[in-house]
Amino acid sequence: MERDTHFVLGVFEDEDVLMNAVKQVRSSGVKIHEVYSPYPVHGLEHALGYKRSRLPIAAFLFGLLGTSLALTMQFYMMKFDWPMIIGGKDFAAFPDFIPVSFEMTVLLAAFGMVGVFMVSSNLKPWAQPRIFDLRITDDKHVMAVDLAVNSGMGEEKIKEILASSGASEVNNKSFDE
Amino acid sequence: MQVTSSVRQPLVTGGKTYHDVTHDVSRQVEGKPSLAWFLAFLTAAGVLALGAIALVATLWEGIGMWGLNKTIGWAWDITNFVWWVGIGHAGTLISAVLLLFRQKWRTSINRAAEAMTIFAVICAAMFPVIHMGRPWIGAYWALPLPNTFGSLWVNFNSPLLWDVFAISTYFSVSLVFWYIGLIPDFATIRDRATGLRKTIYGALSFGWDGAAKTWMRYESVSLILAGLATPLVLSVHTIVSFDFATSVIPGWHTTIFPPYFVAGAIFSGFAMVLTLMIITRKVFKLEDYITMGHIELMNIVIIITGSIVGIAYITEFFIAWYSGVEAEQYAFINRATGPYWWAYWSMMTCNVISPQLFWIKKIRTSIVATFILSLVVNIGMWFERFVIIVTSLHRDFLPSSWAMFYPTWADIGVYLFTFGLFFTLFFLFAKFFPVINMAEVKSVLKSSSEKAAN
Repeated sequence: MERDTHFVLGVFEDEDVLMNAVKQVRSSGVKIHEVYSPYPVHGLEHALGYKRSRLPIAAFLFGLLGTSLALTMQFYMMKFDWPMIIGGKDFAAFPDFIPVSFEMTVLLAAFGMVGVFMVSSNLKPWAQPRIFDLRITDDKHVMAVDLAVNSGMGEEKIKEILASSGASEVNNKSFDE
Repeated sequence: MQVTSSVRQPLVTGGKTYHDVTHDVSRQVEGKPSLAWFLAFLTAAGVLALGAIALVATLWEGIGMWGLNKTIGWAWDITNFVWWVGIGHAGTLISAVLLLFRQKWRTSINRAAEAMTIFAVICAAMFPVIHMGRPWIGAYWALPLPNTFGSLWVNFNSPLLWDVFAISTYFSVSLVFWYIGLIPDFATIRDRATGLRKTIYGALSFGWDGAAKTWMRYESVSLILAGLATPLVLSVHTIVSFDFATSVIPGWHTTIFPPYFVAGAIFSGFAMVLTLMIITRKVFKLEDYITMGHIELMNIVIIITGSIVGIAYITEFFIAWYSGVEAEQYAFINRATGPYWWAYWSMMTCNVISPQLFWIKKIRTSIVATFILSLVVNIGMWFERFVIIVTSLHRDFLPSSWAMFYPTWADIGVYLFTFGLFFTLFFLFAKFFPVINMAEVKSVLKSSSEKAAN
């Protein structure tokens, strides 16, 4: 049995039942592959034991890059490359450079963070996602358990744990790629 | 677990289940367009085509086609620019500021409001671009590009240049924020579809699979984009107001402009959201999602921002008198009693008096009254910008240069063009994109629907 091809799916109707089920299934020793939901369920990432996203750090660093690029550009152009007297102001009129620096900070932070999000979550127009169940984007939460990862435990046993944790359906799903 | 007080109004009425939400919103995208939609779309496209004549004439002949003269160098074009940008602000306020304040009622209106933002900013940006006269070489005047003058760069001391950066950043960040929110909903449509529609919405959904890890990152991205968009939206209208406030024209040279412009922007934007939402909920039968509660809350925002705008008008007048500067005092007396008195009093009536009617509960919970007042507010806000721009310019420092502004057919036509563009884009959006953010509505359904209360 190859990894990442054969799954047992627990289908859940309610987010609170799902949340308890995640805790219950994990404590019984089953490793959960992933949980799929039609909408963000708050606290689910903690129940699954995921580490906090580091995207805010990416946003901060890209923002910093935006500020430095904007300030460098403005000081270079206005003070060094082609200095001109405009309204009797200093060539390096720092207060005048704040609006453009702010806008560039926001622009780079937003685009940089979204770019990192797209790459890290493999979001691209030509991506072919694995659809475990078509109802995931409608009204069902699906907990996927990879059989190969949990080979120490029998398939029947896993199904039993899922059903007893509150799943309304327990299905098999295989991908042949 | 979420605990919601039982005294709160439900956000979604009609006992909707998760599947009902999917069905009610996807139905528009999947079904054949209704006759009402076709008529509305063709009307908008017709206005667009008609306005295009004026636009082409302006580009062909130059901006001499407009009613500008050497005293009044800015009139309808900049009025329309500021008006459209202002309208855009409500979308960002709803999607970003209300997200930061955890206002759950935003969920059913944020998608359409943000679409409105994007289309309004497109319309706004057209005016300064056309006003450049030769927009095809305008990139050299607006962007710091190396050029054959050696390089003679753009002027970073100019608020007009700050505007280039502010508007383009605002547009692109709003577009990204809007699109990120659309991805899960495109996936919903993809999973209900077959054939070509599945391929198209599959590509639009970027391979979304609804994994908990992706949702975690999505939430993190949304929160930070909201955090970035909030100061951004305030900065955009602040910088727009700098176009006037940093000059030395009496009537423009005031420090009150940034907050006053931002309040006015939110005021007119919410009015436009109401105009669009009242039509959309009716045509697409979404009364259970965009409820009277939503309309009432938006009307309350209109009372608040309308009152801020009213106070700003009075403060301006007071400060003009108190400053003791004769030119400043004259500018304001001339606004109220000079040849443009009718524009000033239209502004005062529409913006200061009419929103106060919303203090009466019967009026703010009446669809007809809300619809009419939302149009009145936007007429008033157009006059506000016209009054600020034209009445401040038309009395030059030299009385021999005093002039009046009369719009030509090209002025009116280009304005019509942007109306056509705005509504054409909005109707296309309403037909082919999910008009309500399904995923976000589902996330508040359990705690805030009518069903949950029982």
